[in-house]
Amino acid sequence: MSNVNVTALVIFVALFALVTILGFIAARWRAGDLNQLHEWGLGGRRFGTVVSWFLLGGDLYTAYTFIAVPAAIFGAGAAGFFAVPYTIIAYPFVFLVMPRLWSVSRKHGYVTPADFVRGRYGSSTLALVVALTGILATMPYIALQLLGIQVVLAALGLQFTGSLLGLPLNDLPLIIAFIILAAYTYTSGLRAPAMIALVKDLLIYVTVIVAVIVIPMQLGGYGAIFGAALNHQHAIASLNAVHVAGAKPKPAFGLILAPPTKASLGAFGAYSTLALGSALALFLYPHSITGVLASNSRNVIKRNAALLPAYSFLLALIALFGYMAIAAGVSSNPAFAAQFKAYGATFSVPALFLQSFPSWFVGVAFAAIAIGALVPAAVMSIAAANLFTRNIYREYFRKNPSAGEEANVAKLASLVVKFGALFFIIALGTQNAINLQLLGGIWILQTFPSIIIGLYTRFLHKWALLIGWAAGMATGTWMAYTQPSAVVKHFGSSTYPLHLGSYTAPGYAALYALIVNLVVTVVLTIIFNLVRLPAGNDQTAASDFETEPAPEMIGVGAEH
Amino acid sequence: MDNGAVRRGGAAKWLYLLLILPFIATLWPPFYNSLTPYWLGIPYFYWYQFLWIILSALITGTVYFLTRDA
Repeated sequence: MSNVNVTALVIFVALFALVTILGFIAARWRAGDLNQLHEWGLGGRRFGTVVSWFLLGGDLYTAYTFIAVPAAIFGAGAAGFFAVPYTIIAYPFVFLVMPRLWSVSRKHGYVTPADFVRGRYGSSTLALVVALTGILATMPYIALQLLGIQVVLAALGLQFTGSLLGLPLNDLPLIIAFIILAAYTYTSGLRAPAMIALVKDLLIYVTVIVAVIVIPMQLGGYGAIFGAALNHQHAIASLNAVHVAGAKPKPAFGLILAPPTKASLGAFGAYSTLALGSALALFLYPHSITGVLASNSRNVIKRNAALLPAYSFLLALIALFGYMAIAAGVSSNPAFAAQFKAYGATFSVPALFLQSFPSWFVGVAFAAIAIGALVPAAVMSIAAANLFTRNIYREYFRKNPSAGEEANVAKLASLVVKFGALFFIIALGTQNAINLQLLGGIWILQTFPSIIIGLYTRFLHKWALLIGWAAGMATGTWMAYTQPSAVVKHFGSSTYPLHLGSYTAPGYAALYALIVNLVVTVVLTIIFNLVRLPAGNDQTAASDFETEPAPEMIGVGAEH
Repeated sequence: MDNGAVRRGGAAKWLYLLLILPFIATLWPPFYNSLTPYWLGIPYFYWYQFLWIILSALITGTVYFLTRDA
């Protein structure tokens, strides 16, 4: 406990206290009956353009993103920049597809994507599979938000030793932060993160705008920053050129992507497939869909598809922090040696802030990151709770719960999910959380045929979708399993080097798995239709996907 | 009146094709995998993709306004 940054810590705690109060007040904001699931879990489907912008922005651009993207640039260079095309193309896709999901969900009272699948294909099994995939992909994602808080706390100098009641004392601040989060999510539901998102986003915008002006001024401008990064690239290249016996080669680093050769697609394939696969997966995550369904009209979603790129611009600026950290030489600063050892490249942004900002502003910046972790963690736990309640509890335990019971089950489930994530990061460690989150992205994309294609056509057969999903899950998991990295033997990367004869095409395993999934689904659909295997009832009509239901439709229960 | 609505609906459908542009521009790295030309000290690779964040938002916004009544 020797190096606590007191000024920064005081500001940090004050801002944290402010959002805690906001979180509890949120219950009374545009008050609704919080004993109904769509009120607690979707904010009453009442959010307009501005609130949805803050909520989705806070929900999609997580604290972990803000740390991990520059960390990837810091470690690998241009390859880490794929997050930018990813968030560019996500929005035209949202613009086209998500209003359809919103309309059909509003019409039939669907709260989760699995509700839609249940109604569309008349299959509770397929809905269960979609719900489980969502929960499974979300849990490690929440755990990574905790990792974001952990890194920031470590950067503030909060290191405890010893243990209390068998728990390592070092995790105590994290546990306290999480108990607070759990309490106001429980009482206020989706209104809490929506309100907190406002503060979080203001803090993030201020931090980033200050950082992109102040830090380049200290380092001699963007020319100097990229110049330093280029020197770094040459240094690593010459290190790797000389083969030292026994020494591991440094990971490749470049300011642009490695171009294709006669034998390989180079870094191009991975860059594009990661961008495309991640963009298609983004709005399959339960927390994204929760954010979409909470908006009050189709036009809110469409407007936000044009307005949310403001966050993408922010993200691209944040990505450049990775190069600033290289130019500032943070990794050779002995003051940060211990944290770099513990957190690796993830520590590059906190280190950059500590080195460049006065203490009080470090407090603001770190609060922005920590609060930035709370918003998505809250929405994710709510989304997972909605899935559990609607598609597992209601389907398999209690057929017709009262509205109050349903909301209560969801509230309790949100607690279980959050503490599950907390347990996860403390007991299993950060490396496992990172591996699982990487797998989560691969898994969630396998629900694409059931959800997204289902919004356009009922052509695909429910059993074919189920088997296709299983094939995609197995393929993607296996592909990731076979990939080692410098620190782990398995699940080291989500990029799979596909061999086509003597040609290698490295690409995002999620997308390769989706291709397998789609081929299996289409072929089996044709076969199942030929043998006339019954294809479940479709609750929806073609017009349900296009309409803007009248306001009195709000709150109509699900029809199953 | 009816004919006008039909025609506008038809034109609106074609407008949606504009949304493909961001995909083509960003998913084909040969378009931008270069250090030069620099702009304010920033390599082409980076400012090109920054630019497309803005262009893509403008395209989406344009499609929104032109298809709003369709």
